[in-house]
Amino acid sequence: MVAIKRVVDYAVKIRVKPDKTGVETTKVKMSMNPFCEIALEEALRMKEAGLASEVVAVSMGPPKCVDTLRTGLAMGADRGIHVDVLGALQPLSVAKLLKALVDSEKPGLLILGKQAIDDDCNQTGQLVAGLLSWPQGTLLPSTDLRLNQPRYATLPNILKAKSKVIKKCTPEELNVPIKSDLETVQVTEPPHRKAGVILSSVDELV
Amino acid sequence: MEKWRATSRHLLRHFSKDLFDRRMSPSFGTFNRQLSSVATTIQRNPLFSSINSDDISHFKEILGEKNVIHDEEKLVTANMDWMRKYRGSSKLMLQPRTTEEVSQILKYCNSRCLAVVPQGGNTGLVGGSVPVFDEVIISTSSMSKIVSFDKVSGILVCEAGCILENLVSFLDNQGFIMPLDLGAKGSCQIGGNVSTNAGGLRLVRYGSLHGNVLGLEVVLANGTVLDMLRTLRKDNTGYDLKHLFIGSEGSLGIVSKVSMLTPPKLSSVNLAFLACKDYSSCQKLLLAAKRKLGEILSAFEFLDTQALDLVLKHLEGARNPLPTSMHNFYILMETTGSNESYDKEKLEAFLLHSMEGGLISDGVLAQDINQASSFWHIREGLPEALMKAGAVYKYDLSLPVEKMYDLVEEMRIRLGPAANVVGYGHLGDSNLHLNISTPQYDDAILAQIEPFVYEWTSKHHGSISAEHGLGLMKADKIFYSKSPETVSIILVGSYLLPKSLCIDIVLLLAFKSISMTKFP
Repeated sequence: MVAIKRVVDYAVKIRVKPDKTGVETTKVKMSMNPFCEIALEEALRMKEAGLASEVVAVSMGPPKCVDTLRTGLAMGADRGIHVDVLGALQPLSVAKLLKALVDSEKPGLLILGKQAIDDDCNQTGQLVAGLLSWPQGTLLPSTDLRLNQPRYATLPNILKAKSKVIKKCTPEELNVPIKSDLETVQVTEPPHRKAGVILSSVDELV
Repeated sequence: MEKWRATSRHLLRHFSKDLFDRRMSPSFGTFNRQLSSVATTIQRNPLFSSINSDDISHFKEILGEKNVIHDEEKLVTANMDWMRKYRGSSKLMLQPRTTEEVSQILKYCNSRCLAVVPQGGNTGLVGGSVPVFDEVIISTSSMSKIVSFDKVSGILVCEAGCILENLVSFLDNQGFIMPLDLGAKGSCQIGGNVSTNAGGLRLVRYGSLHGNVLGLEVVLANGTVLDMLRTLRKDNTGYDLKHLFIGSEGSLGIVSKVSMLTPPKLSSVNLAFLACKDYSSCQKLLLAAKRKLGEILSAFEFLDTQALDLVLKHLEGARNPLPTSMHNFYILMETTGSNESYDKEKLEAFLLHSMEGGLISDGVLAQDINQASSFWHIREGLPEALMKAGAVYKYDLSLPVEKMYDLVEEMRIRLGPAANVVGYGHLGDSNLHLNISTPQYDDAILAQIEPFVYEWTSKHHGSISAEHGLGLMKADKIFYSKSPETVSIILVGSYLLPKSLCIDIVLLLAFKSISMTKFP
């Protein structure tokens, strides 16, 4: 089972919303989190090597997550699960949902990307492991950027993906109450780097 | 102005066969370069003066010390073109900051009979952006301000030295894009783009600069500033003179400001890298794409297997999108629209249908911006990869789309194992970039290529320079694509304007060809 997250595309220039409540996400290109992509690639390679029989991709969030799941299926995942949740999800909630899914689907291995590029938390892997009381290897299977080069979604696979199943479920069905313990107070851009000053001698510095 | 007319007529008298047939030893540049035979038969016109110290002081007064460059080392890059095929011997480069300064410089050069060459990003591929002899280089690099931008109409007014990529970033913040895109965008300047009527990757969607440029401010050879800088979509008040300057390669004046219509930036961009088994499938795919994808198609490029191999071998960071099998042709197809899910659905349906119909043998769809960039890297990195592979003979031709690849195949037969013939280009615009790669420059190989390529193109009523321009490389080849009557009117017409000194060379060469044929 691989968890994948839909985030603002890695190459997009991020802008803070004028009301400072967060980052601009409307009309911005969204894609699979790069770390999740690497995680999925690793899972696919394990399946090709005969170490796994099935790769299941999981994503949590609004209906648009299905697009990201389709990409995962086009890369080669066998089926997908979409946990339909609106609003922000904290790592602990994600971890609880993953635990519920693991309990019901019973995968042999859970692979997660090291961190999501939108919140950079790097917590979910550890939290889930704690909840499941499973051994966890951080940075493997929590994957980081140098592990592999994810494959492209080829047309034949995109076609096959159309007939693969994406199951939808909700937190209620999984018996996981979602509540947020954290509140975002304000989001601002980091201060602009001031231009350097070229000094002609050490004395000026001192 | 009168003095100019006199000088022009004076120059005309010197157009005798003798002057041109006198061969000169290649005193400029060495460097592996195989110049087409043209330049070795031009002589530096004795009517032009040479720079002296008074001139330098005068320029320093106009521009300030910093913007007058006469240090030989600093001039090395400015004297040589990107292909490293043409090297001039200019002793002076000027960097004016305003239109007024350009005007003063040109007025002075005119009065002193000093030859000049305008230079932008120096990314030209036909030797038109560097001096042939010791012309003064007038660089637009210091004129890089954005004058204004109207967020409602998308009309941008900027100085000629603005780098294309910088304009793209600026417009990105405003929600707009430039209507042209080329691999050289990190260095090329808009003044140069306009002066060469650059085409690029998105012409198939946004059309040429003749349609997108709304106005120009040009400084003529005698210093007169021609203000045609309007921001109007429609203005039918007499001959639209700006079109003369677009594509004139600096021969009629120096473009100092540009007013351009920019399209809104649309949110949904999709890119597919496809494989076709033969050229006929590529053509059918193009037709189908224009019909089925219609308004969202924004780029349609092709490359053959030799091109892909070359890129994978020589370009850093290039990754084969379809590593599992070999194909003969590859197509890079982009769509740009306003609705992400609708576009993706439309594109996927089209691609799957084309695959079922046998037009495409395989393909990948970029899932994020990084993947899209890596596909573009392959296509845009071809010129660089070719340079790294050794010597390259580059031809930019417009041909009927069904005949385009025939030329590539004929060249392969003609040259045999001595050369790697590579074909790629803007299939959507019927523009072939024929590149012949060899380890070294070799006259024997050149003799096999030219004039065959030009004759072949002429026979099929094509253009021997689709978008690169004539420059030094193809000035005397103009007759392969334009009738003598047309050229004679071009020449005569050009003398109505105070002529820029540098382009004497380009026009002289064309005129030389006329003097060989009888004209009415």
